[in-house]
Amino acid sequence: MQLSQKSQTVGSIHFLLNGEAVSVSDVAPTATVLNYLREERACTGTKEGCAEGDCGACTVVLAELDNDELSMKSVNACIQFVPTLHEKAVYTVEYLRQQSGELHPSQQAMVDCHGSQCGFCTPGFIMSLWGIYNDHQVLGTKANKEEVRSALTGNLCRCTGYRPILEAAEKMFELPEVSFDHDGLKRDLQKLRALSNEEGLGSDNINTDGVSSTSLSYEYNNEHFFAPRTLDELLQLKSQYPEATVLAGGTDVGLWINKQFRDLPTLIYIGEVAELKQCNKTENGLTIGASVTLTDAYKAISELYPEMDQMWERFASQPIRNIGTLGGNVANGSPIGDSMPALIAVGATVTLQSVGGLREMPLEDLYLDYMKKDMGVDEVVVAVTLPIPAKFQRFRCYKLSKRYDSDISAVFAAIAIELDENKVSHCKVAFGGMAATPKRASHCEQSIIGSAWNETTAKQAMQLLKKDYQPLSDMRASDSNRMQSAMNLLYRFYLETRLDSPLQKEQLDVFSTAGGVV
Amino acid sequence: MPEIFSAKVTKKTAHASHPHESAELHVSGEAIYTDDIPELAGTLHAALGLSQKAHASIVSMDFTEVLASSGVAAVLTADDILGRNDCGPIIHDDPILAEGVVQYIGQPMFVVVAESQLQARRAAAKATISYEDLPAVLTHQEARERQSSVVPELKLVRGNPAAKLAAAPHRTKGTFEVGGQEQFYLEGQISYAIPKENKQLLIHCSTQHPTEMQHMVAHALNLEFNQVVVKVRRMGGGFGGKESQSALFACVASLCTYHLKRPVKLRLDRDDDFMATGKRHCFYHEFDVGYDDNGKILAAKIDMTSRAGFSTDLSPPVATRAVCHFDNTYYLSDVEIGALCAKTNTQSNTAFRGFGGPQGAIAIEYVIDNIARDLGKDPLEVRRLNYYAASASSLEQDGVLSAKISDTRDTTPYGQQVKDNVIHELTDQLIESSEYQQRRDAIWEFNQSSPILKKGIALTPVKFGISFNVVHFNQAGALVHIYTDGSILVNHGGTEMGQGLNTKIAQVVANELGVSLSAVRATATDTSKVANTSATAASSGADLNGKAAENAARTLRLRLSELAAQQLGGVAEAVVFSGDQASVNGQSIAFNDLVAQAYLQRIQLWSDGFYKTPKLKWDQSALQGSPFYYFAYGASVSEVIIDTLTGEWKLLRADLLHDAGNSINPALDKGQVEGAFIQGMGWLTCEELCWNAEGKLTTHAPSTYKIPAVNDCPDDMRVELFHNPNHEETILRSKAVGEPPLLLSFSVFFAIRDAIASVGGYQHNPPLQAPATPERILDAVMKTKALSTE
Repeated sequence: MQLSQKSQTVGSIHFLLNGEAVSVSDVAPTATVLNYLREERACTGTKEGCAEGDCGACTVVLAELDNDELSMKSVNACIQFVPTLHEKAVYTVEYLRQQSGELHPSQQAMVDCHGSQCGFCTPGFIMSLWGIYNDHQVLGTKANKEEVRSALTGNLCRCTGYRPILEAAEKMFELPEVSFDHDGLKRDLQKLRALSNEEGLGSDNINTDGVSSTSLSYEYNNEHFFAPRTLDELLQLKSQYPEATVLAGGTDVGLWINKQFRDLPTLIYIGEVAELKQCNKTENGLTIGASVTLTDAYKAISELYPEMDQMWERFASQPIRNIGTLGGNVANGSPIGDSMPALIAVGATVTLQSVGGLREMPLEDLYLDYMKKDMGVDEVVVAVTLPIPAKFQRFRCYKLSKRYDSDISAVFAAIAIELDENKVSHCKVAFGGMAATPKRASHCEQSIIGSAWNETTAKQAMQLLKKDYQPLSDMRASDSNRMQSAMNLLYRFYLETRLDSPLQKEQLDVFSTAGGVV
Repeated sequence: MPEIFSAKVTKKTAHASHPHESAELHVSGEAIYTDDIPELAGTLHAALGLSQKAHASIVSMDFTEVLASSGVAAVLTADDILGRNDCGPIIHDDPILAEGVVQYIGQPMFVVVAESQLQARRAAAKATISYEDLPAVLTHQEARERQSSVVPELKLVRGNPAAKLAAAPHRTKGTFEVGGQEQFYLEGQISYAIPKENKQLLIHCSTQHPTEMQHMVAHALNLEFNQVVVKVRRMGGGFGGKESQSALFACVASLCTYHLKRPVKLRLDRDDDFMATGKRHCFYHEFDVGYDDNGKILAAKIDMTSRAGFSTDLSPPVATRAVCHFDNTYYLSDVEIGALCAKTNTQSNTAFRGFGGPQGAIAIEYVIDNIARDLGKDPLEVRRLNYYAASASSLEQDGVLSAKISDTRDTTPYGQQVKDNVIHELTDQLIESSEYQQRRDAIWEFNQSSPILKKGIALTPVKFGISFNVVHFNQAGALVHIYTDGSILVNHGGTEMGQGLNTKIAQVVANELGVSLSAVRATATDTSKVANTSATAASSGADLNGKAAENAARTLRLRLSELAAQQLGGVAEAVVFSGDQASVNGQSIAFNDLVAQAYLQRIQLWSDGFYKTPKLKWDQSALQGSPFYYFAYGASVSEVIIDTLTGEWKLLRADLLHDAGNSINPALDKGQVEGAFIQGMGWLTCEELCWNAEGKLTTHAPSTYKIPAVNDCPDDMRVELFHNPNHEETILRSKAVGEPPLLLSFSVFFAIRDAIASVGGYQHNPPLQAPATPERILDAVMKTKALSTE
């Protein structure tokens, strides 16, 4: 199995485990980091609670160099495949005790605040806390309450009710400081790169600037894992192996292995493709590369569309956002994915590419039917582009689910209008959870466009949603509730954007009433 | 701020907030759970094949592809069970592996053993099963219509409810549904069975009931109890889900080990755990209650229907506890309570924190809420009006007390006199500390001016009976060893599932022997140490095992007292053990030195201890007696905000006040109180179990079944313990605290209902059912609005 002539490859996976260099060449490409840690490395502090990235008992911290900048983030080990660790560093709870045997402040604070009961979720919480501790310690700052809560959205605890854990998160910053050697890790990761370059290129060709010039091409038991570094390589591979599974964050593909027992003999991992890791803002809009994580996409998009803030905060959990990609969410095209309706409502486009060329289309055109996309077998999603918001655009998106954190929407509404005087000149209404695909509400939109933005228009448009959608009943909501909620969310949008004494967000959204105690 | 502990600070051993004995191991990942035990060479892994039909005959099972799958060592079925194919704790209707017929989707039918867990799971999915469908009953309401139940209906009648109802000036009649709840212990079900010589077995099992596991495995394999050892160091949560229902997995792992003569581990994938195991029973209540102009209840009639599932399991005692908690804190003079354990083709429901108590008690709270709104009163006023009479003094001696008060609104429907009632003073304290009245007024103001968002508030009380409703379960044993270096090991029949039982037991032993807490270590529960133990359930762990451990330690103290008196002069009765020394006659000897002396003097340095709860009597057929040693009390106030367009809601503030007696460990007890509150809130709001038309549970993983997450914990949460030393001689006068505070979560539900009522001007009772998901809240909002425009 060879890549195209030009590229150099390396056949074993090199990474740092709790600071020590490890090379792996004898695990399946779909072996999860969790199973590897527990079964091969006796790192049993990392637990399996669900094997689908929803409970956080397996939380570990991943570190990598991104353009020579060190980034560290919490991720779920249960849905992360071992080859994705290549040239990265992974930290587990076993790393945290200090040389002296003393606990790390994140651990000591949890002991002091009685933050553990059964203790099974605790190592996962500790790793999430350790992550924010290190982020702040290096800056000499303390995490605020919102940051702490956000960092813990991926960790479920069934015993404590969370209050003592939140208390510990504050308390850890008051204990004697323990610093993490970021520079040392950076050097170690650079060395690691040099090592794998050496293996790929031969010792005569060592690339001294520390930039990776080799791609991982890993094989075990006739299963393959490719991690191309350039878009060219990626497109070549996809053309050569059209049946291959494209892997980005793995937040869905991980479940295909753990829960559906699918065979995935060939994986092409796009997380190392330099061109796809970029966010570019021009006067035409903001382009998000397909392997930009949701966390990074959030940062970039929020500058343009602060109205999406709550959506991002409620989009899965922080560890999932740290590894999952916007491109993956879009390419997967689930009818209940949150990003698509929001992107469609603001007029985003998606760019597909293959060796044959490049196509850009409005995002909604990608979705043909339930989990069916207008995408060639050799095509990959390379980017999503959001336009610069129109000056008089009023845009909101609303998520409705049983739980605030990390839940899948029963209904997701995204609505954007532009007003010309008091008349609506443009309108896009897109819903998730209402049809087999993320879909625009054309009847509803048509009735709004050209009308005065008033109660009559809104109420009429609400009724027309019944023409646009025939939602299903499932465990998230009944068909009738979905329809009623969709109509009411449109009404909420009207109340929030009407010209005459619009209601404030705090008057409409229970989650915006910060504190809120009378 | 939390209290900080360090070696330098000496602290009282009992009645002090020591950290959980495993806290440092939890946070460092060094705590060993069953799956973390280093595997022995040759260990195999098992996975279950689950039924895809709710009710069907098994026509054939073809394992050709399973056996051809990589790594597979064997496939076992019911035919391989040599002994009794049953793991039912009360009635033998619970097959380990389905035999001839399947009775719910998710029922284990066969087991695949392979080199790795993933191989076993992948292979299990390849079986070809042919079924012949049988008629299935999928809901408890449907089962009630058919009078299909796992045991005959329970019925408790006191007074003359029919006549009193007919004569009552007001009636509230209706139905109320309250959903079930998955335990969602973070550590799933797991058993690791290891073959020993001479057909013996050692089973590491995540279970609340090691003795029952021992019995079930022995029955299944035709072994004597003395051939089976079950051990559990700790569980990653139990909540009742590992009381009876860990048995199936212990039996299957043991069965595989028995046949293959190799260690076999069965660790369930989360989805399989959801599909195979039972949950908290959902209940359907039909009530008819009569009351006077003030809201005083004159008569109450309720028919409860619980979803038992396909087998009996613990459904009858769960229903009994529901019946015995319908009264909650209220005196019901004339009452008729029926409870049917409906048989359905779904998972066999089981224990879950509260054990039917919450499902029974919430019904009367719903009724009271209705009465208050019908009369235009604050529900709190109606609650207080109906409270059991205040006990003369909770510390007064029994004889005196019962002589003074007789038949004055203090006897439960099941005939037990309530002698320790503190709900009046507890409520008063909470009203003041939570500023209930001011906030209620402010909420009314807010709702006047807020068109879409509405706030609500509720104060709800709790009375929870402590003891197993089966008298003989109320016994426990312990072993205390003092080693010659003065270090102490305590072993008891209870299991550690996170509640801090081992911490409390160590505190009890250290307190009794006057040594530092660090000198005492609690060890894994082990059926070869303390025998014939009861489940760690019914909140009884510390009450029972604490007393047993105290008794064992007391025996040792008495022996050491005699020696100390001999050595220091004085009498044994005067020896004081404190501060790691024994003192008498103005002189002291270090505990370690005394112990070393005792060994040389050939004094036995280990002892057993035993305890049985006094004063209990219970007639299950008449549902009469004194099943509870005492009651635990509590109350809470919750304030919520709801969105009348979507049904979304948020808890803004919670004030919890709970009676843990003279708490052995206030920090751990507060942890139980607030943890139970949030868990109960999950049950009543975001946690929804859904079954589809085929009877398949569709919420079978955390992606679809939502337990509370971090942002569900309110910013403003005030948790206090109510100071109230137990009037009974319980362990250090503490009270059991595991289950009772779960009922504190009622206030969240009724605050939501209060908020909804505002859309109808508080004139109509919102038909809100539990769990109050956004969908149900929106539905109730719309119906309440419709009522007010009729």
